[in-house]
Amino acid sequence: MTQFLQLDFAPLLCAILAGATCGLLGSFLVLRREALLGDAITHAVLPGIVLGFAVTGARAGLPMLLGAGAAALLAAWLISHLRRVARLEGGAATGIVFTSFFAAGLVLLETSGARSVDLDVDCVLFGQMETLLWPQAMGPGALLDPVALGGLPPAVFLLAGVGAAIALAVALLWQPLKLLCFDADFAQSLGLRVRWLDMALHLMLAAAAVAAFEAVGSILVVALLVAPAAAMRLITNRYTPQVLGGAALGAAVAALGYGLAGPLPAALGSGHAVSAAGMIGVLSGLVVAGAAMAGRWRHG
Amino acid sequence: MTPLSIRHLSVFYGERPALEDVSWEVPAGLTAIIGPNGAGKSTLLKAALGLIGHQGEARFFGTTLDAARARVGYLPQRASVDWDFPASALDVVSMARTPRTRWWGRLPRRERDAARAALAEVGLDALADRPIGQLSGGQQQRVFLARCLAQEADLLLMDEPLAAVDAATEREIIRVLQKLVQAGKSIVAVHHDLASVPHIFQHALMLNGRVIAAGTVAEVFTPAMIVDTYGPGLSDDGLAA
Amino acid sequence: MISHNTLVVVLGCAALGVASGAVGCFALLRGRALLADAMGHAALPGVVGAALLGAWWGTDPRALPPLLLGGAVAGTLGLWAVHALAATGRIRQDAAIGVVLASFYALGVVGLSVIQAMPAGAQAGLSHFILGQAATMRTQDAWAAGGLALVSVAATVALFPRLRALCFDAEFAALQGLNIRRTDAALMGLILLVCIAGLPAVGLVLVVALLVLPAATARMLNHRLPGMLATSCAVGGTAGVLGALISAGHQGWPTGAAVVLVGMAFFVAALLVRREA
Repeated sequence: MTQFLQLDFAPLLCAILAGATCGLLGSFLVLRREALLGDAITHAVLPGIVLGFAVTGARAGLPMLLGAGAAALLAAWLISHLRRVARLEGGAATGIVFTSFFAAGLVLLETSGARSVDLDVDCVLFGQMETLLWPQAMGPGALLDPVALGGLPPAVFLLAGVGAAIALAVALLWQPLKLLCFDADFAQSLGLRVRWLDMALHLMLAAAAVAAFEAVGSILVVALLVAPAAAMRLITNRYTPQVLGGAALGAAVAALGYGLAGPLPAALGSGHAVSAAGMIGVLSGLVVAGAAMAGRWRHG
Repeated sequence: MTPLSIRHLSVFYGERPALEDVSWEVPAGLTAIIGPNGAGKSTLLKAALGLIGHQGEARFFGTTLDAARARVGYLPQRASVDWDFPASALDVVSMARTPRTRWWGRLPRRERDAARAALAEVGLDALADRPIGQLSGGQQQRVFLARCLAQEADLLLMDEPLAAVDAATEREIIRVLQKLVQAGKSIVAVHHDLASVPHIFQHALMLNGRVIAAGTVAEVFTPAMIVDTYGPGLSDDGLAA
Repeated sequence: MISHNTLVVVLGCAALGVASGAVGCFALLRGRALLADAMGHAALPGVVGAALLGAWWGTDPRALPPLLLGGAVAGTLGLWAVHALAATGRIRQDAAIGVVLASFYALGVVGLSVIQAMPAGAQAGLSHFILGQAATMRTQDAWAAGGLALVSVAATVALFPRLRALCFDAEFAALQGLNIRRTDAALMGLILLVCIAGLPAVGLVLVVALLVLPAATARMLNHRLPGMLATSCAVGGTAGVLGALISAGHQGWPTGAAVVLVGMAFFVAALLVRREA
């Protein structure tokens, strides 16, 4: 038990929080047919994260969130601007903007001095779930001990805070978001501020991307954003199950993926743990494939 | 009070004008916007509603759109949305009630009842919980009409409410429109089928990038005006019927 | 002075840039740009799988051709998966691309973590396939990647009339007797070829930029396809050379990032020039 708390509790919690948060937001992306914006924003936040890191010299939550939020809004604005000014189709404009942001982020990472044991290319590409340890946990009592809980990795608090804020925002904007996704023109004709709603959605995506970044890296965030929502899209045609089910499925995939990657092989006596972030991503792809096959079977 | 008054409205797509200096006073009653493809009919509605950038102004009931928002309803083209969206017919109609109520959680019962009543008005109350993707094209159009009704607006701007529906649906929609007009509402509808204009509408705007003519159907829906609007060579377009 | 190896690598990057410029024009005009993103990411498990097989069989795990072959197989599977998901009708292509690129990439990451646990440095250099590191390429690798790139340039030239007809008006071309499915498949094959050839130098994350940036730049400066094609090849080739040189000169700059930033500079310049005009 103590060993589980010290080694597995924090990463498992992070995985579940990241899966639930991204799974919740993913439905809005998929329903708005803007799944690639999720891809774009998760890549585009990198320079913001690195700059936030360079300014404070530590992996502090708030500066990284601010930097990432600014980068995400700028990227989203640039994509829509390029579509108009350069008359590029959405996919091409997205491809140009996010690769440029990501490339700039990589170079900043190498040149700004932000590169350190805390933040390096490997973290961007693979996440650092395995490094989230909780050495203060001396037994089950630690779960109730404020001092020991304070020793949890900062990533846990960042994810919990961001996840709670996003859940609250989605709940408060429940009806407008539904309208936005189904018929943005009609929403605007009703007087809803569609542009503000869009911006709120982009900021939530950026926050989720930053918070989940430490757990699974910036590429695999895409899996958690798109896959649970896409799987729900295949098995339900009701709105509430789509959105809430996406969150639940994201959390389940994350927990199961983490278990399959490390603890399960260990429990079976094999010493070889594999990348937990990778396992979560693979599992989320399998869930979509399974849902597609189930749907095909159901519809004949 | 004029429901909608458009002054010097122009819309440009890049360099190309889609609408040039349109001024038009919308009369009370049932009005058709008529013109060839690309004449800017939908663009006129969208610009008036502030959905696309434009020059000039549109005043609703003598005031700005924001001040008159609750009195203005909109029915977009059916093709403009994803009919595979996870929503029931009642969900879609309920969306019209969003500005009247709180934003979080489920819609209050009172609002859902209003949405249900609008569905009943178009004869779809039995299908309220049916996913919209399983409705026929005509039923989808009636769901859109019900959503427009549920706005309880005094002026309804409709983008092709009769496009691609079967004859029964068309009769049903026309019945609802005429009932609305009798109740004192004003309706502006983009319309494609020239032959049916005199049977349905009281007023017409002939549009082709600019205003060709506006007035009662008897005044403006004449062969000469139609040639001015569509250009010559329209004789076999069903007009003779 | 530039060593023989660096020279070959820079030449390889130039060939790659020219190839991606040529193929990118048609990918852009046909709206297929982001499928390249999916294929690039989807190649990773194939590369890693090939390295695993090589380690088992005891062949040189760093030999490039088997790795690229593995990448091509996985990239094709990824493309097939995108089509299969989009064919359900419930998931749009954009969401299908997101699911495929992330989950295939994830499989590659799992594979990398397996290789890492193996002895004998089987994984040496494999992570360079993600962000690209032209400086570590060996002479024969540069020849292989550059050769693939030249093959795709030749194929693009040979297919030029068909690709042009496909991109300009597919329905009309079909009426004229062009086999749309086969031509589209050929275009996807070319995109795949460029993506795979670009993996060692530019990396899978940014290879899509190599296809889009030169073509988008050229599109703004030209009104006709032959001119666009020539400009795109020139921009791509220049970006490839400059990117390789910059990354060779600055320790730690991934080549992919350098190439993309050079391409971005061209693109922004073209935007400004066109605005002046």
